[in-house]
Amino acid sequence: MSGAADPAAESAVLTGGFAEAGVGAARAFRVLLEAMARPGTIRRLAGAAPPAPLSPAAGAVLLTLADAATPVFLAGAHDTPAVRRWIGFHCGATMPCDPAAAAFALGTWEALLPLDRFARGTPEYPDRSATLIVELPRLLAAGARLAGPGIRREARLNLPDPAALATNAAAFPLGLDFLFCAGDAVAALPRSTRVEAA
Amino acid sequence: MSEPKGPAERGKIVTEPEPISYNFAYLDEETKRMIRRALLKALAIPGYQVPFASREMPMPYGWGTGGVQVTAACLVPEDVLKVIDQGADDTTNAVSIRAFFARTAGVRTTTRTAEATIIQTRHRVPETPLREGQILVFQVPIPEPLRFLEPRETETRRMHALQDYGLMHVKLYEDIARHGEIATSYAYPVKVEGRYVMDPSPIPKFDNPKLSMCPAIQLFGAGREARIYALPPWTRVESLDFEDHPFTPSKADQACALCGAADSYLDEVITDDAGGRMFVCSDTDHCAGRRGEAS
Ligand SMILES: [Zn+2]
Repeated sequence: MSGAADPAAESAVLTGGFAEAGVGAARAFRVLLEAMARPGTIRRLAGAAPPAPLSPAAGAVLLTLADAATPVFLAGAHDTPAVRRWIGFHCGATMPCDPAAAAFALGTWEALLPLDRFARGTPEYPDRSATLIVELPRLLAAGARLAGPGIRREARLNLPDPAALATNAAAFPLGLDFLFCAGDAVAALPRSTRVEAA
Repeated sequence: MSEPKGPAERGKIVTEPEPISYNFAYLDEETKRMIRRALLKALAIPGYQVPFASREMPMPYGWGTGGVQVTAACLVPEDVLKVIDQGADDTTNAVSIRAFFARTAGVRTTTRTAEATIIQTRHRVPETPLREGQILVFQVPIPEPLRFLEPRETETRRMHALQDYGLMHVKLYEDIARHGEIATSYAYPVKVEGRYVMDPSPIPKFDNPKLSMCPAIQLFGAGREARIYALPPWTRVESLDFEDHPFTPSKADQACALCGAADSYLDEVITDDAGGRMFVCSDTDHCAGRRGEAS
């Protein structure tokens, strides 16, 4: 880390957490619980103000779920000193980490590729798999068709690569789980969701 | 800034107690994060048991510490909490858990199923159909449905990994051979989305069909065994059975002596020393609602 840090950047590290940590995390988790339980639904996840290029939604995911027990992999343009310091200060998460060891991986879809470098669990412990926090320009209830647990009939979401996500689902119960973030919006795609290109 | 206290004040009895600061919903933030991560993985792999680092809670294990930890990880201040024990809101267990969360999370509580946003339950699914936006948290004593067939955890893990559920079917079929029907009437095993065999907790098999395609989120917490599992809404849950012996969600062939319901699960209660008995709804809120007595 550089010795002569910019004071404005230093103070930005200390801000941007939940206003009321315990209750803020509780409310954010409830949004994530509903999102994971109802794949493809787009929900508002506000309350965090992380440094760019992290979206507020992705910041809130990390504040809610990441800590010293969860190595976080930062991909591409998300791997900046400011982002590392912010996550380090607010979550205490281990960074940098090897992709294969990551509990959470954060970045744009392109930066996160290839997906096969992340853990997708073992037959005995399929839960020992990474959750990918994918930054998208926007979330829309359009595009790829989603079906499976949590979806009454059908849901649609503008997934970046439906074929790759269908392949991920085909490995169920192994697989990666996804949280797509855009601004202060979030939508989840667990491995249990079957994906079909529109 | 307060003035430094002079000698005259030193001997004074302090009447204002220090405010006791609880973590929101009792558990510390690190523990809640760990449980929350487990809950999300549980929803992503319906019916699979996720291990978690279960904590000591200020209540004995038999009181549903697994359910309490799951509820604590899910609660927000806006929630309205209902707690039932075998269908009743007024047992010591249910009253204690409600009071615990009213105090540590400041949430409102209710006995009305329709009003609740989170319902923690032991041994029943409410009769009133659940809706989107509600969470049902089950207290689970033994989460592993294969445990009574195979005591070794490494073996049961392997059986789930390989979908090796033959032993379970053999056991159920032996029931049929011996009793003419499947004798299991509580904790009747289910299969989730055609993949994982799951213990629905010791609910009567009458309640099993309510688990399937339910609009609410269903979460299961086993404290002593340190396992969490889940059913997302709209998830297919089938009770194990055989073509020639299909599953039947049986109940006492009676109507409730209090409200007349013929379609709710009934408990047989002794009414006097002479051995008098009657059947009444196990779900006290449902029964009271039908009698128009709900407050
Ligand atoms: Zn009744």
